[in-house]
Amino acid sequence: MLDSIRSTFIMLGECVKMSLANILGNRVRSFLTVLGILIGVAAVIALITTVNGFSGSLSNSFSAMGAGTLTVTVTGSDLKSGLSTDDLAEIAAMGIVDGVTPSVALNARVSRGGSYETGISVSGKNGYYFTRNPDLLSRGRAINFTDEDNMTQVCIISPDMVEQFFYGVDPIGENLYIGSIPFTVVGLMTEEGSGNISDMMSGSPDILIPYTTALKLNSANVVTSFTVYLAAGVDSETASDALEARLEAMFSYEEDCFEIMNMSSIEDTMQNMLNMVSALLAGIASIALIVGGIGIMNMMLTTVTERTTEIGLKKALGAIPWQIQAQFLIESFLLSIIGGALGILLGLTLSLVLSKVMGTSFVISTFAIVLGAGFSAAVGIIFGWAPARKASRLNPIDALRSA
Amino acid sequence: MSMSILKRREHSPAPASGNPDAKDAFFRMEKINKFYQMGEEQAHILKDVDLSLDRGEYLSVLGPSGSGKSTLMNIIGCLDVANSGRYVLDGQVIEDLGEAELARIRSREIGFIFQNSQLLPRLTAQKNVELPLIYAGVPPRERRRRAREMLARVGLSDRMGHTPNQLSGGQQQRVAIARALVGNPTLLLADEPTGALDQKTGRQVMGLFRELNDEGRTIIMITHDMNIAKYARRVVHIIDGVLTEGGGTADA
Repeated sequence: MLDSIRSTFIMLGECVKMSLANILGNRVRSFLTVLGILIGVAAVIALITTVNGFSGSLSNSFSAMGAGTLTVTVTGSDLKSGLSTDDLAEIAAMGIVDGVTPSVALNARVSRGGSYETGISVSGKNGYYFTRNPDLLSRGRAINFTDEDNMTQVCIISPDMVEQFFYGVDPIGENLYIGSIPFTVVGLMTEEGSGNISDMMSGSPDILIPYTTALKLNSANVVTSFTVYLAAGVDSETASDALEARLEAMFSYEEDCFEIMNMSSIEDTMQNMLNMVSALLAGIASIALIVGGIGIMNMMLTTVTERTTEIGLKKALGAIPWQIQAQFLIESFLLSIIGGALGILLGLTLSLVLSKVMGTSFVISTFAIVLGAGFSAAVGIIFGWAPARKASRLNPIDALRSA
Repeated sequence: MSMSILKRREHSPAPASGNPDAKDAFFRMEKINKFYQMGEEQAHILKDVDLSLDRGEYLSVLGPSGSGKSTLMNIIGCLDVANSGRYVLDGQVIEDLGEAELARIRSREIGFIFQNSQLLPRLTAQKNVELPLIYAGVPPRERRRRAREMLARVGLSDRMGHTPNQLSGGQQQRVAIARALVGNPTLLLADEPTGALDQKTGRQVMGLFRELNDEGRTIIMITHDMNIAKYARRVVHIIDGVLTEGGGTADA
């Protein structure tokens, strides 16, 4: 028993050697045969790797835009049009919440001296906002909790505003009128702004003021838009559900009073779509693998016909049918594995180039490589089966006579 | 007719119990018949062939083309089985065997030598000789040793690494003989072994056959050439599927 296993392995080892000799002895032909597999695998690998890189970049920009935050827009009901400062404090006190930033947006006429500008986007923020966005300020100080409580008339302005109203003057400490109310400039924003999704949606404000002051300017007493920063390690789905429950209670369970936007779930949705597109494209690319498999089958059938005498001879010398079958199967397997390996190399090279061109990240996907290798191995066995079977069934007499 | 033959075969007793000769015989064919279906017609290729051989004999089967000698060779070589009759080789009854069993018997019992040496062009002489041992599952080291030994026996020690196209026709045929011998078969079966060789080389190969026979090898040689057949110690004729004893050759 052990002996027969041993001799089987010896035989298979020889098959591998002989197959390699055949494949390498016919380099041009072998290369043309595996070209289909090569292209198919390369296409699948390049697609998967590129899409992976793209989705990596996507998720990076999403987390820059505010992963770990929930943005709430309140439409309100007849009884309650928005959230009070107390409501916000209640939400901020939830275990899942690290802090809350209200956004009170208004459009105002801004003036200084003789120059003015209308339609300037002004946004009311709280002190917490600045602790979460420390890179926002280029100079000066942030709005702090004292400003919030005292509804101070201080503001932080964008570089555009500096250019507009403070040409040649250091703006800090100077006054600026929002509507008819004077504000003291205490800080300057960087060119980039916060990059925060809720700020982007409200059109990147040019002037930030304490939100309590903004509410007074608006002659409102409720907040209709705010961002909830989740505590570390909190799942955004769970948090979203908890927040929803809390808000529903605040709005006495009336329907459609608010909307929670979960950046993570939007990202998930986009990633899912991307994955589907990638699977679809990979599916289309794998048609090339099938075509490649047919190429291998065709070549193997030709080989079997060409080597009829050899097969007959080997049978006469004592080869058992399954040994002949194994030899041809090994040959087609090796052919397609070689094609697959070359395809993986080409695919990775292609996707490296693509990632450089598109500026996305290049991540080698183990999954794609395993898929490519597995696919080509399967193709070799599936499409090599019929020719190998044909070879093993050749009658040695006919095979020898054809010489 | 063929029914009665089949019936007889079914009821024929096992060699050990019924026919004491069959058990002892090294090589024994009894009433071998072979038919081929050619469209509607059935061609009767071998007709009640009886043939017995002792160990160490050197026999040639002489017959013109179409006489059925190739078919007989195929049956002797276990490449094909008879439709009826009994064939015993080295104590084994060759009938109704599957492909795998036939392959095993070919591997153990028979060394083939073909007209066109039938070497694999990509392999070296040594590797060609190793081929039967590969299918028999002999480990590499022993395989190499035996192949070298056999190539030395046929006088090709200095040609082991050559591929067939680097060898002359006679050398190729000697490689083929080494390949036939390497498995230490009980029977050497040669089909027109000099058919592709010039006269001088052919004579050398026949000399080698005679030497092998002197060493105790059993040889059956199939040929259409009277001049070649006479090298054997015993000649049988086959004409139209009928085998007749031709007696010993002149120099036997």
